[in-house]
Amino acid sequence: MLKMTPTVLKNLFSKSSTRMYPFEVREPFPLYRGELFNDIDKCIFCKKCEIKCPSQCITVSKDKEAGTGTWICDPFACVYCSICVDVCPTKSLSMAPNHRKPSATRDMIEQVGKLKVPKKKKAAPKKD
Amino acid sequence: MARTIIPFGPQHPVLPEPLHLKLVCEDEIVKEAIPALGYVHRGLEKLAEIRDFNQMIQVVERVCGICSMLHSQCYCQGIEEMMGVEIPERAKYLRTVWSELHRMHSHLLWLGLFADAFGFESLFMQFWRIRERIMDLNEATAGSRVIVSVNVVGGVRQDLTPEQCSWILTEVAQAGKEIKAIQSTMLSDYTVCKRTKGVAALTKEQAYELGAAGPTLRASGVAQDMRQLKYAAFDKIDFEPVVEYDGDCYARGVVRFREALQSIDIIRAAISGMPQGDISVPVKGNPEGEIITRVEQPRGECMYYMKGNGTKFLERVRIRTPTFANVPPLIAFMPGLELADVPVAVLSIDPCISCTER
Ligand code: SF4
Ligand code: SF4
Repeated sequence: MLKMTPTVLKNLFSKSSTRMYPFEVREPFPLYRGELFNDIDKCIFCKKCEIKCPSQCITVSKDKEAGTGTWICDPFACVYCSICVDVCPTKSLSMAPNHRKPSATRDMIEQVGKLKVPKKKKAAPKKD
Repeated sequence: MARTIIPFGPQHPVLPEPLHLKLVCEDEIVKEAIPALGYVHRGLEKLAEIRDFNQMIQVVERVCGICSMLHSQCYCQGIEEMMGVEIPERAKYLRTVWSELHRMHSHLLWLGLFADAFGFESLFMQFWRIRERIMDLNEATAGSRVIVSVNVVGGVRQDLTPEQCSWILTEVAQAGKEIKAIQSTMLSDYTVCKRTKGVAALTKEQAYELGAAGPTLRASGVAQDMRQLKYAAFDKIDFEPVVEYDGDCYARGVVRFREALQSIDIIRAAISGMPQGDISVPVKGNPEGEIITRVEQPRGECMYYMKGNGTKFLERVRIRTPTFANVPPLIAFMPGLELADVPVAVLSIDPCISCTER
Protein backbone atom coordinates (compact mmCIF):
# COMPACT_ATOMS: atom_id res chain seq x y z
CA MET A 1 0.00 0.00 0.00
CA LEU A 2 0.97 3.59 -0.58
CA LYS A 3 3.90 2.52 -2.76
CA MET A 4 3.38 5.43 -5.11
CA THR A 5 3.23 8.10 -2.40
CA PRO A 6 6.98 8.95 -2.29
CA THR A 7 7.04 9.30 -6.08
CA VAL A 8 3.92 11.43 -6.05
CA LEU A 9 5.34 13.70 -3.35
CA LYS A 10 8.63 14.00 -5.21
CA ASN A 11 6.78 14.97 -8.37
CA LEU A 12 4.75 17.52 -6.49
CA PHE A 13 7.81 19.39 -5.30
CA SER A 14 10.11 18.99 -8.28
CA LYS A 15 9.97 21.09 -11.38
CA SER A 16 7.57 20.18 -14.14
CA SER A 17 8.79 17.72 -16.76
CA THR A 18 6.86 19.21 -19.64
CA ARG A 19 7.41 22.51 -21.37
CA MET A 20 4.85 25.27 -21.92
CA TYR A 21 5.06 24.32 -25.53
CA PRO A 22 4.13 27.15 -27.85
CA PHE A 23 5.88 29.68 -25.60
CA GLU A 24 8.90 27.60 -24.81
CA VAL A 25 10.42 25.55 -27.60
CA ARG A 26 13.28 23.13 -27.22
CA GLU A 27 16.31 23.64 -29.43
CA PRO A 28 16.23 21.01 -32.19
CA PHE A 29 18.96 18.38 -32.18
CA PRO A 30 21.42 19.21 -34.98
CA LEU A 31 21.17 15.76 -36.59
CA TYR A 32 17.38 15.77 -36.77
CA ARG A 33 15.92 15.25 -40.23
CA GLY A 34 13.22 17.87 -40.36
CA GLU A 35 13.10 19.55 -43.72
CA LEU A 36 14.70 18.94 -47.09
CA PHE A 37 16.37 21.78 -48.97
CA ASN A 38 17.94 21.90 -52.38
CA ASP A 39 20.56 24.49 -53.17
CA ILE A 40 19.47 24.66 -56.80
CA ASP A 41 22.61 26.51 -57.96
CA LYS A 42 24.71 23.51 -57.05
CA CYS A 43 22.31 20.93 -58.52
CA ILE A 44 23.39 19.35 -61.79
CA PHE A 45 20.05 17.58 -62.43
CA CYS A 46 21.70 14.16 -62.49
CA LYS A 47 18.53 12.38 -61.28
CA LYS A 48 20.45 10.36 -58.67
CA CYS A 49 18.08 11.49 -55.92
CA GLU A 50 15.04 10.65 -58.03
CA ILE A 51 16.29 7.12 -58.66
CA LYS A 52 17.31 6.33 -55.08
CA CYS A 53 14.42 7.94 -53.20
CA PRO A 54 12.39 5.15 -51.59
CA SER A 55 9.11 7.07 -51.65
CA GLN A 56 9.69 8.29 -55.20
CA CYS A 57 8.69 11.82 -54.36
CA ILE A 58 11.35 13.65 -56.37
CA THR A 59 11.01 14.44 -60.05
CA VAL A 60 13.92 15.93 -61.94
CA SER A 61 13.56 17.14 -65.49
CA LYS A 62 15.72 19.00 -67.90
CA ASP A 63 14.69 21.38 -70.61
CA LYS A 64 17.66 21.48 -72.94
CA GLU A 65 16.28 24.22 -75.21
CA ALA A 66 15.56 26.69 -72.45
CA GLY A 67 18.73 25.65 -70.68
CA THR A 68 16.91 25.07 -67.41
CA GLY A 69 16.32 22.13 -65.13
CA THR A 70 13.46 21.58 -62.70
CA TRP A 71 13.66 19.78 -59.35
CA ILE A 72 10.26 18.96 -57.84
CA CYS A 73 9.76 17.35 -54.45
CA ASP A 74 6.47 16.39 -52.85
CA PRO A 75 7.10 17.21 -49.17
CA PHE A 76 3.96 15.31 -48.15
CA ALA A 77 5.20 12.06 -49.67
CA CYS A 78 8.78 12.49 -48.45
CA VAL A 79 9.58 10.29 -45.46
CA TYR A 80 12.70 12.26 -44.45
CA CYS A 81 15.06 9.34 -44.65
CA SER A 82 17.91 11.44 -45.99
CA ILE A 83 18.92 8.85 -48.60
CA CYS A 84 18.88 11.55 -51.28
CA VAL A 85 21.20 13.73 -49.20
CA ASP A 86 23.65 10.83 -48.98
CA VAL A 87 23.67 10.09 -52.71
CA CYS A 88 23.71 13.63 -54.10
CA PRO A 89 27.08 13.97 -55.85
CA THR A 90 27.29 17.77 -55.56
CA LYS A 91 25.98 17.96 -51.98
CA SER A 92 23.28 20.37 -53.09
CA LEU A 93 20.68 18.65 -50.90
CA SER A 94 20.65 19.20 -47.17
CA MET A 95 18.44 18.54 -44.16
CA ALA A 96 17.45 21.24 -41.69
CA PRO A 97 16.70 20.25 -38.08
CA ASN A 98 13.35 22.04 -37.85
CA HIS A 99 9.93 20.64 -38.65
CA ARG A 100 8.02 21.89 -41.60
CA LYS A 101 5.13 24.10 -40.66
CA PRO A 102 1.67 22.61 -41.08
CA SER A 103 -0.01 23.50 -44.32
CA ALA A 104 -3.57 23.46 -45.53
CA THR A 105 -2.75 23.00 -49.18
CA ARG A 106 -0.68 20.34 -50.83
CA ASP A 107 2.07 22.40 -52.36
CA MET A 108 5.01 20.91 -54.18
CA ILE A 109 8.46 22.31 -53.76
CA GLU A 110 9.45 23.30 -57.26
CA GLN A 111 12.82 24.77 -58.01
CA VAL A 112 14.15 25.82 -61.37
CA GLY A 113 17.83 26.23 -62.03
CA LYS A 114 20.15 26.75 -64.94
CA LEU A 115 21.67 23.75 -66.62
CA LYS A 116 25.39 23.73 -66.32
CA VAL A 117 27.12 23.80 -69.65
CA PRO A 118 29.99 21.39 -69.33
CA LYS A 119 33.15 23.39 -69.54
CA LYS A 120 35.67 22.22 -71.98
CA LYS A 121 38.72 21.30 -70.03
CA LYS A 122 41.79 22.94 -71.24
CA ALA A 123 44.79 20.74 -71.23
CA ALA A 124 46.93 21.72 -68.30
CA PRO A 125 49.91 23.70 -69.48
CA LYS A 126 52.85 21.47 -69.57
CA LYS A 127 55.68 22.34 -67.36
CA ASP A 128 58.89 22.48 -69.03
CA MET B 1 -27.88 -19.04 -20.13
CA ALA B 2 -28.24 -16.72 -23.08
CA ARG B 3 -25.08 -15.81 -24.92
CA THR B 4 -24.25 -12.32 -26.02
CA ILE B 5 -21.64 -11.30 -28.54
CA ILE B 6 -19.81 -8.15 -27.54
CA PRO B 7 -17.51 -6.54 -30.09
CA PHE B 8 -14.17 -5.47 -28.62
CA GLY B 9 -12.41 -3.07 -30.95
CA PRO B 10 -11.45 -2.14 -33.63
CA GLN B 11 -11.85 1.19 -31.86
CA HIS B 12 -11.36 0.77 -28.16
CA PRO B 13 -9.84 3.11 -25.55
CA VAL B 14 -7.06 0.69 -24.58
CA LEU B 15 -6.13 -0.24 -28.10
CA PRO B 16 -3.86 2.05 -30.04
CA GLU B 17 -4.45 -0.15 -33.05
CA PRO B 18 -7.44 -1.79 -34.71
CA LEU B 19 -7.71 -5.28 -33.31
CA HIS B 20 -11.21 -6.67 -33.44
CA LEU B 21 -12.36 -9.45 -31.13
CA LYS B 22 -15.86 -10.83 -30.97
CA LEU B 23 -16.35 -11.84 -27.36
CA VAL B 24 -18.97 -14.49 -26.82
CA CYS B 25 -20.12 -13.86 -23.26
CA GLU B 26 -22.36 -15.59 -20.80
CA ASP B 27 -23.28 -13.03 -18.21
CA GLU B 28 -19.94 -11.29 -17.66
CA ILE B 29 -17.74 -14.26 -18.38
CA VAL B 30 -16.05 -14.58 -21.75
CA LYS B 31 -16.68 -18.00 -23.25
CA GLU B 32 -14.98 -17.55 -26.54
CA ALA B 33 -13.05 -14.91 -28.43
CA ILE B 34 -13.13 -14.76 -32.20
CA PRO B 35 -10.47 -12.54 -33.75
CA ALA B 36 -11.03 -10.51 -36.88
CA LEU B 37 -7.92 -9.05 -38.41
CA GLY B 38 -7.33 -7.10 -41.56
CA TYR B 39 -8.15 -3.48 -40.76
CA VAL B 40 -4.72 -2.06 -41.52
CA HIS B 41 -3.41 -4.24 -44.28
CA ARG B 42 -1.14 -2.05 -46.40
CA GLY B 43 0.45 -4.53 -48.80
CA LEU B 44 4.02 -3.67 -47.87
CA GLU B 45 5.36 -7.06 -48.96
CA LYS B 46 4.00 -6.49 -52.43
CA LEU B 47 5.99 -3.27 -52.66
CA ALA B 48 9.13 -5.38 -53.13
CA GLU B 49 8.11 -5.66 -56.77
CA ILE B 50 8.48 -1.95 -57.46
CA ARG B 51 11.09 -0.89 -54.90
CA ASP B 52 14.63 -2.18 -55.24
CA PHE B 53 16.29 -4.00 -52.37
CA ASN B 54 17.92 -0.85 -51.00
CA GLN B 55 14.69 1.13 -51.05
CA MET B 56 12.94 -1.76 -49.31
CA ILE B 57 14.90 -0.95 -46.14
CA GLN B 58 12.84 2.22 -45.76
CA VAL B 59 9.69 0.23 -46.50
CA VAL B 60 10.26 -2.52 -43.93
CA GLU B 61 11.14 0.09 -41.32
CA ARG B 62 7.61 1.32 -41.66
CA VAL B 63 6.08 -2.08 -41.02
CA CYS B 64 6.10 -1.13 -37.37
CA GLY B 65 7.06 2.18 -35.85
CA ILE B 66 8.09 0.94 -32.44
CA CYS B 67 10.47 -1.74 -33.67
CA SER B 68 11.54 0.00 -36.89
CA MET B 69 15.22 -0.48 -36.11
CA LEU B 70 14.82 -4.21 -35.61
CA HIS B 71 12.83 -4.69 -38.80
CA SER B 72 15.48 -3.02 -40.92
CA GLN B 73 18.23 -4.80 -39.01
CA CYS B 74 16.63 -8.17 -39.69
CA TYR B 75 16.13 -7.30 -43.35
CA CYS B 76 19.69 -6.03 -43.81
CA GLN B 77 21.15 -9.06 -42.04
CA GLY B 78 19.28 -11.29 -44.46
CA ILE B 79 20.41 -9.43 -47.56
CA GLU B 80 23.98 -9.32 -46.27
CA GLU B 81 23.98 -13.04 -45.65
CA MET B 82 22.51 -13.69 -49.09
CA MET B 83 25.19 -11.58 -50.75
CA GLY B 84 28.00 -12.86 -48.55
CA VAL B 85 28.85 -9.46 -47.10
CA GLU B 86 30.66 -9.34 -43.78
CA ILE B 87 29.89 -6.04 -42.07
CA PRO B 88 32.49 -4.26 -39.90
CA GLU B 89 32.58 -5.07 -36.18
CA ARG B 90 31.79 -1.50 -35.23
CA ALA B 91 28.59 -1.56 -37.30
CA LYS B 92 27.46 -4.66 -35.42
CA TYR B 93 27.95 -2.92 -32.09
CA LEU B 94 26.18 0.23 -33.30
CA ARG B 95 23.23 -1.86 -34.45
CA THR B 96 23.14 -3.47 -31.02
CA VAL B 97 23.09 -0.11 -29.25
CA TRP B 98 20.20 1.24 -31.30
CA SER B 99 18.24 -1.98 -31.18
CA GLU B 100 18.50 -2.10 -27.41
CA LEU B 101 17.44 1.54 -27.17
CA HIS B 102 14.43 0.50 -29.20
CA ARG B 103 13.69 -2.41 -26.91
CA MET B 104 13.86 -0.08 -23.93
CA HIS B 105 11.52 2.52 -25.31
CA SER B 106 9.11 -0.12 -26.56
CA HIS B 107 8.94 -1.82 -23.17
CA LEU B 108 8.52 1.51 -21.39
CA LEU B 109 5.72 2.39 -23.79
CA TRP B 110 4.06 -0.94 -23.11
CA LEU B 111 4.45 -0.68 -19.34
CA GLY B 112 2.76 2.70 -19.51
CA LEU B 113 -0.08 1.43 -21.69
CA PHE B 114 -0.47 -1.60 -19.45
CA ALA B 115 -0.78 0.63 -16.38
CA ASP B 116 -3.31 2.66 -18.33
CA ALA B 117 -5.29 -0.50 -19.17
CA PHE B 118 -5.92 -1.25 -15.52
CA GLY B 119 -6.57 2.37 -14.78
CA PHE B 120 -3.34 3.45 -13.07
CA GLU B 121 -2.93 6.74 -14.90
CA SER B 122 -0.15 8.20 -12.82
CA LEU B 123 2.04 5.13 -13.31
CA PHE B 124 1.42 5.49 -17.03
CA MET B 125 2.70 9.05 -16.79
CA GLN B 126 5.86 8.02 -14.95
CA PHE B 127 6.80 5.40 -17.52
CA TRP B 128 6.24 7.71 -20.43
CA ARG B 129 8.30 10.43 -18.83
CA ILE B 130 11.24 8.02 -18.54
CA ARG B 131 10.67 6.93 -22.12
CA GLU B 132 11.17 10.48 -23.29
CA ARG B 133 14.86 10.24 -22.37
CA ILE B 134 15.29 7.32 -24.74
CA MET B 135 13.36 9.08 -27.49
CA ASP B 136 15.70 12.06 -27.14
CA LEU B 137 18.69 9.75 -27.43
CA ASN B 138 17.29 8.33 -30.65
CA GLU B 139 16.54 11.75 -32.02
CA ALA B 140 19.93 13.22 -31.20
CA THR B 141 22.05 10.29 -32.35
CA ALA B 142 20.11 8.90 -35.32
CA GLY B 143 18.08 11.85 -36.55
CA SER B 144 14.57 10.76 -35.75
CA ARG B 145 12.62 9.81 -32.66
CA VAL B 146 11.05 6.62 -33.88
CA ILE B 147 12.10 5.65 -37.40
CA VAL B 148 15.83 5.91 -36.86
CA SER B 149 16.72 4.79 -40.37
CA VAL B 150 20.34 3.94 -39.62
CA ASN B 151 20.65 0.59 -41.34
CA VAL B 152 21.95 0.11 -44.85
CA VAL B 153 23.00 -3.07 -46.58
CA GLY B 154 26.63 -3.37 -45.54
CA GLY B 155 26.54 -1.57 -42.22
CA VAL B 156 25.06 1.57 -40.71
CA ARG B 157 24.81 5.18 -41.85
CA GLN B 158 25.48 7.02 -38.63
CA ASP B 159 28.39 6.80 -36.26
CA LEU B 160 28.44 7.58 -32.57
CA THR B 161 31.04 10.05 -31.35
CA PRO B 162 32.70 9.43 -27.96
CA GLU B 163 30.70 12.36 -26.52
CA GLN B 164 27.45 10.84 -27.75
CA CYS B 165 28.44 7.49 -26.26
CA SER B 166 29.08 8.96 -22.84
CA TRP B 167 25.85 10.95 -23.08
CA ILE B 168 23.92 7.77 -23.90
CA LEU B 169 25.52 6.07 -20.90
CA THR B 170 24.57 8.82 -18.47
CA GLU B 171 21.04 9.07 -19.86
CA VAL B 172 20.32 5.33 -19.71
CA ALA B 173 21.83 5.16 -16.22
CA GLN B 174 19.49 7.94 -15.15
CA ALA B 175 16.56 6.19 -16.85
CA GLY B 176 17.52 3.01 -14.99
CA LYS B 177 17.47 4.87 -11.70
CA GLU B 178 14.04 6.29 -12.46
CA ILE B 179 12.70 2.88 -13.49
CA LYS B 180 13.98 1.40 -10.24
CA ALA B 181 12.26 4.19 -8.32
CA ILE B 182 8.86 3.00 -9.53
CA GLN B 183 9.76 -0.68 -9.35
CA SER B 184 7.99 -1.22 -6.04
CA THR B 185 4.81 0.36 -7.42
CA MET B 186 4.82 -1.66 -10.63
CA LEU B 187 5.72 -4.96 -9.05
CA SER B 188 4.16 -4.99 -5.61
CA ASP B 189 1.39 -2.40 -5.44
CA TYR B 190 -1.89 -3.84 -4.17
CA THR B 191 -4.04 -2.64 -7.08
CA VAL B 192 -1.54 -3.78 -9.69
CA CYS B 193 -1.29 -7.26 -8.21
CA LYS B 194 -5.03 -7.51 -7.79
CA ARG B 195 -5.69 -6.66 -11.43
CA THR B 196 -2.93 -8.73 -13.02
CA LYS B 197 -2.00 -11.73 -10.87
CA GLY B 198 -3.63 -14.94 -12.03
CA VAL B 199 -5.34 -13.22 -14.96
CA ALA B 200 -5.10 -14.91 -18.35
CA ALA B 201 -2.59 -17.55 -17.32
CA LEU B 202 -0.85 -19.65 -19.91
CA THR B 203 1.02 -22.82 -18.92
CA LYS B 204 4.46 -23.62 -20.24
CA GLU B 205 3.14 -26.43 -22.46
CA GLN B 206 0.33 -24.28 -23.85
CA ALA B 207 2.69 -21.41 -24.61
CA TYR B 208 5.11 -23.71 -26.35
CA GLU B 209 2.51 -25.57 -28.34
CA LEU B 210 0.62 -22.51 -29.45
CA GLY B 211 3.87 -20.99 -30.64
CA ALA B 212 3.90 -17.93 -28.43
CA ALA B 213 6.82 -15.55 -28.92
CA GLY B 214 8.87 -13.16 -26.89
CA PRO B 215 7.85 -12.02 -23.41
CA THR B 216 4.57 -13.96 -23.66
CA LEU B 217 6.58 -17.15 -24.06
CA ARG B 218 9.25 -16.27 -21.51
CA ALA B 219 6.64 -15.34 -18.91
CA SER B 220 5.44 -18.94 -19.11
CA GLY B 221 8.85 -20.32 -18.28
CA VAL B 222 10.43 -21.02 -21.67
CA ALA B 223 13.91 -19.51 -21.86
CA GLN B 224 13.92 -18.66 -25.52
CA ASP B 225 15.26 -15.40 -26.85
CA MET B 226 16.36 -14.91 -30.44
CA ARG B 227 19.31 -12.87 -29.25
CA GLN B 228 20.77 -16.23 -28.26
CA LEU B 229 21.30 -16.77 -31.99
CA LYS B 230 24.20 -14.35 -31.56
CA TYR B 231 23.38 -11.95 -34.35
CA ALA B 232 24.94 -8.47 -34.40
CA ALA B 233 27.24 -8.11 -31.39
CA PHE B 234 25.48 -10.66 -29.23
CA ASP B 235 28.27 -13.16 -29.81
CA LYS B 236 30.47 -10.93 -27.66
CA ILE B 237 27.89 -9.64 -25.22
CA ASP B 238 26.75 -11.97 -22.52
CA PHE B 239 23.15 -11.98 -21.38
CA GLU B 240 20.58 -14.34 -19.96
CA PRO B 241 16.99 -14.45 -21.20
CA VAL B 242 14.60 -13.06 -18.62
CA VAL B 243 12.23 -15.81 -17.53
CA GLU B 244 9.20 -15.86 -15.26
CA TYR B 245 7.13 -18.92 -14.46
CA ASP B 246 3.56 -17.91 -13.67
CA GLY B 247 2.45 -17.19 -17.23
CA ASP B 248 -0.16 -14.61 -16.17
CA CYS B 249 -0.44 -10.91 -17.00
CA TYR B 250 1.68 -10.04 -13.99
CA ALA B 251 4.52 -12.31 -15.14
CA ARG B 252 4.41 -10.74 -18.60
CA GLY B 253 4.71 -7.33 -17.01
CA VAL B 254 7.65 -8.46 -14.88
CA VAL B 255 9.46 -9.92 -17.89
CA ARG B 256 9.18 -6.65 -19.78
CA PHE B 257 10.11 -4.62 -16.75
CA ARG B 258 13.25 -6.67 -16.17
CA GLU B 259 14.12 -6.66 -19.86
CA ALA B 260 14.00 -2.89 -19.93
CA LEU B 261 16.58 -2.88 -17.13
CA GLN B 262 18.60 -5.60 -18.84
CA SER B 263 18.80 -3.51 -22.01
CA ILE B 264 20.68 -0.88 -20.01
CA ASP B 265 23.37 -3.43 -19.20
CA ILE B 266 23.55 -4.54 -22.83
CA ILE B 267 23.88 -0.93 -24.04
CA ARG B 268 26.67 -0.42 -21.51
CA ALA B 269 28.47 -3.55 -22.61
CA ALA B 270 28.05 -2.67 -26.30
CA ILE B 271 29.40 0.85 -25.86
CA SER B 272 32.34 -0.21 -23.73
CA GLY B 273 33.27 -3.03 -26.08
CA MET B 274 32.80 -1.07 -29.29
CA PRO B 275 35.89 -1.30 -31.50
CA GLN B 276 37.11 1.54 -33.71
CA GLY B 277 36.92 1.27 -37.47
CA ASP B 278 34.64 1.58 -40.45
CA ILE B 279 30.89 1.60 -40.07
CA SER B 280 29.98 0.20 -43.45
CA VAL B 281 31.41 -1.65 -46.39
CA PRO B 282 30.50 -0.95 -50.01
CA VAL B 283 28.20 -3.57 -51.50
CA LYS B 284 28.14 -4.50 -55.17
CA GLY B 285 25.77 -6.68 -57.09
CA ASN B 286 22.27 -7.95 -56.46
CA PRO B 287 20.99 -10.52 -53.99
CA GLU B 288 20.36 -14.01 -55.25
CA GLY B 289 19.08 -17.03 -53.38
CA GLU B 290 16.82 -17.63 -50.44
CA ILE B 291 17.28 -16.72 -46.81
CA ILE B 292 15.53 -16.82 -43.47
CA THR B 293 16.69 -14.47 -40.73
CA ARG B 294 15.41 -13.91 -37.23
CA VAL B 295 15.87 -11.22 -34.64
CA GLU B 296 14.34 -10.68 -31.23
CA GLN B 297 12.02 -7.72 -31.32
CA PRO B 298 10.61 -6.18 -28.15
CA ARG B 299 7.48 -8.24 -28.79
CA GLY B 300 9.26 -11.45 -29.67
CA GLU B 301 10.75 -13.34 -32.54
CA CYS B 302 10.51 -11.72 -35.95
CA MET B 303 11.24 -13.75 -39.01
CA TYR B 304 12.06 -12.61 -42.52
CA TYR B 305 12.03 -14.84 -45.53
CA MET B 306 13.53 -13.34 -48.66
CA LYS B 307 14.07 -14.63 -52.13
CA GLY B 308 16.29 -12.84 -54.61
CA ASN B 309 16.64 -13.62 -58.27
CA GLY B 310 19.77 -11.72 -59.19
CA THR B 311 17.95 -8.53 -60.18
CA LYS B 312 17.67 -5.51 -57.95
CA PHE B 313 14.08 -6.38 -57.11
CA LEU B 314 13.48 -9.14 -54.60
CA GLU B 315 11.14 -11.86 -55.75
CA ARG B 316 9.48 -12.33 -52.39
CA VAL B 317 9.66 -10.80 -48.94
CA ARG B 318 7.70 -12.53 -46.23
CA ILE B 319 7.57 -11.08 -42.75
CA ARG B 320 6.30 -13.01 -39.78
CA THR B 321 5.88 -10.73 -36.84
CA PRO B 322 5.69 -11.66 -33.16
CA THR B 323 2.09 -10.50 -32.66
CA PHE B 324 0.97 -12.89 -35.36
CA ALA B 325 2.50 -15.70 -33.30
CA ASN B 326 0.88 -14.36 -30.14
CA VAL B 327 -2.70 -14.30 -31.42
CA PRO B 328 -3.35 -18.06 -30.86
CA PRO B 329 -2.24 -17.83 -27.19
CA LEU B 330 -4.45 -14.74 -26.85
CA ILE B 331 -7.45 -16.70 -28.09
CA ALA B 332 -6.51 -19.61 -25.83
CA PHE B 333 -6.42 -17.68 -22.58
CA MET B 334 -9.53 -15.60 -23.18
CA PRO B 335 -12.25 -18.14 -22.21
CA GLY B 336 -13.14 -17.81 -18.55
CA LEU B 337 -12.01 -14.19 -18.17
CA GLU B 338 -14.27 -11.53 -16.76
CA LEU B 339 -15.23 -8.88 -19.25
CA ALA B 340 -13.47 -6.21 -17.16
CA ASP B 341 -10.18 -8.10 -17.40
CA VAL B 342 -10.26 -8.32 -21.18
CA PRO B 343 -8.38 -5.04 -21.86
CA VAL B 344 -5.55 -6.05 -19.51
CA ALA B 345 -5.37 -9.53 -21.00
CA VAL B 346 -5.34 -8.27 -24.58
CA LEU B 347 -2.63 -5.73 -23.83
CA SER B 348 -0.53 -8.30 -22.02
CA ILE B 349 0.64 -9.82 -25.33
CA ASP B 350 1.64 -6.32 -26.48
CA PRO B 351 -0.41 -6.46 -29.68
CA CYS B 352 1.05 -4.64 -32.65
CA ILE B 353 -1.56 -4.97 -35.33
CA SER B 354 0.08 -2.84 -38.02
CA CYS B 355 3.02 -5.21 -37.79
CA THR B 356 0.87 -8.28 -38.08
CA GLU B 357 -1.09 -7.13 -41.10
CA ARG B 358 1.73 -5.22 -42.80
S1 SF4 C 1 21.23 14.13 -56.76
FE1 SF4 C 1 21.73 16.24 -56.20
S2 SF4 C 1 22.66 17.08 -58.08
FE2 SF4 C 1 21.58 15.19 -58.70
S3 SF4 C 1 19.55 15.92 -59.33
FE3 SF4 C 1 19.40 15.36 -57.16
S4 SF4 C 1 19.77 17.28 -56.07
FE4 SF4 C 1 20.48 17.59 -58.17
S1 SF4 D 1 14.45 12.33 -47.68
FE1 SF4 D 1 14.06 10.24 -48.43
S2 SF4 D 1 11.90 10.28 -49.03
FE2 SF4 D 1 12.53 12.41 -48.82
S3 SF4 D 1 13.14 13.03 -50.88
FE3 SF4 D 1 14.99 12.32 -49.84
S4 SF4 D 1 15.17 10.15 -50.37
FE4 SF4 D 1 13.06 10.79 -50.86
